[in-house]
Amino acid sequence: MLKVEGLRSRYGRIEVLHGIDLEVSQGEIVTVVGANGAGKTTLLRCLSGIQPVSAGTISFQGEPLTGIPAYKRPAKGLTQSPEGRQIFGNLTVEENLRLGAYNFHDERVGKDMEDAFQMFPILREKRNLAAGGLSGGQQQMLAMARALMGRPACLLLDEPSMGLAPIIVQQIFDVVESLKGRGVTVLLVEQNAFGALRIADRGYVMENGKIAMQGAAADLIADPRIREAYLGI
Amino acid sequence: MKMTPKLATLLILAALVLLAPFLFPSNFYYRVGALIFVNSIAVTGIVILTGYAGQISLGHAGFAGIGAYACALAPAHFGIHPALAVVLGAAISALLAWLVGRPILRLKGYYLGVATLGLGILISMMLNNERQLTRGPDGIEVPELGLRALLKGWGLDLTNGQFWYYFCGLCMILGAWLALNLHNSPSGRALRALHGSEVAARTVGVDVARMKLQAFVISAVYASVSGSLLALQNKFITPDVAGFMHSIEMVTMAVLGGVGSVLGAIFGAAILTLLPQVLTVFAEYEQLVLGLVMMLVMIFLREGLLPSILRKLRRKGE
Repeated sequence: MLKVEGLRSRYGRIEVLHGIDLEVSQGEIVTVVGANGAGKTTLLRCLSGIQPVSAGTISFQGEPLTGIPAYKRPAKGLTQSPEGRQIFGNLTVEENLRLGAYNFHDERVGKDMEDAFQMFPILREKRNLAAGGLSGGQQQMLAMARALMGRPACLLLDEPSMGLAPIIVQQIFDVVESLKGRGVTVLLVEQNAFGALRIADRGYVMENGKIAMQGAAADLIADPRIREAYLGI
Repeated sequence: MKMTPKLATLLILAALVLLAPFLFPSNFYYRVGALIFVNSIAVTGIVILTGYAGQISLGHAGFAGIGAYACALAPAHFGIHPALAVVLGAAISALLAWLVGRPILRLKGYYLGVATLGLGILISMMLNNERQLTRGPDGIEVPELGLRALLKGWGLDLTNGQFWYYFCGLCMILGAWLALNLHNSPSGRALRALHGSEVAARTVGVDVARMKLQAFVISAVYASVSGSLLALQNKFITPDVAGFMHSIEMVTMAVLGGVGSVLGAIFGAAILTLLPQVLTVFAEYEQLVLGLVMMLVMIFLREGLLPSILRKLRRKGE
């Protein structure tokens, strides 16, 4: 579904991605784990089109994404839930969700919103409040729900567990896992390697802008090198 | 019918326009009222640009100048009816805003403020210096709109002051209605969203540069119509209408009243239009007071007067 070949990207003169190859198949949950500064977020930003690509190709559902601006990618089914949540703080929860469905104007928007409220009941309670007043965990839920309102075929999730209490993290990961049942393919970028690998089918380990290891998530969790370097076990 | 904030705003405005004349001590106040409404139209445009989209213009008076001089020049040179000249002025303003905004609004940050500052000064200089066309700083006369005579023919006999009071009031309500509709439309939500986070707006599929450009063009049309109405009711216009101080005045009115809310911004326009009329001393120190007001609002009432007052009242009510 999503195929990345030889992807390079730079900030000014400093290259931060040195040729990434990565593939996500329909219906999978794939995770990219790695330490802070490994280039995980930059990779996602390249996929969503916010970060310029200096070499290599990204193709989505067989179509190259080169030259397609960020704002046109959600309509193609590739939606990002950005790092640091980036909710629209001065808008209400409901307005945030409606913006997630910016490309759609049919009756399904109402149904999707109902789905979102079922997934995260707290959002229903707060639907008419300014999103800026939500707690960190609620904002993360809103960011995910907003991305889902765009009916993505493939959802790019950037560090959904960042800065959240363990119990909320568990809840968020449960929801990510459940997306599989809804036919949404997920590419999950995480520092919380253990939590991410537990729900993923396959994983990539990034180090200094390169893919250092890849394989089935279960194998990666069991690999002694990974356990030592990232899982702290 | 459900009482939405939009309906409430429109009803409040309509009630104020209709009831205020009962309190007027003299006919002079019809004129003050009309000026408030004209400024309110320009300020509503600022709400769309600054309040919704988060962009700042320091040259909006330039568009008011275009609207005003269109009404003076187009009827004289092309024989167009003044009402059509209003539309022509708005079209030129929109086109100019589009041309200037298109390259600039692709950039992040406050480039629009700097560019509009230059544009406003340029327009103002042109109006001052192109004497053969505009007759320079002395100003130029503007033809009669002719609507009042038409209404008289239909049996509605208004004095000149009354006519402009009600006509500008109607235009202000119409402008507010359009701005409020935009607020709750998908485009309006997208505008307010990019104000919050441009990155996130793009991730949901908003073409950020295009939306900002739309807001800028719409607000330029508001300023242009406001300039046209000022010219038509004064029947005379000078380049001051396009001056830098007028641009600053527009922004200050909006910020004072509350740039995020149409009603708030109009409230700000009313206060700052009334003050120099009521306190003649104020007129002398206008620039000083404008600067002071701007600073105080930014420090103490970031949301503007009206939203801050409403919040206090609501808290007391609880």
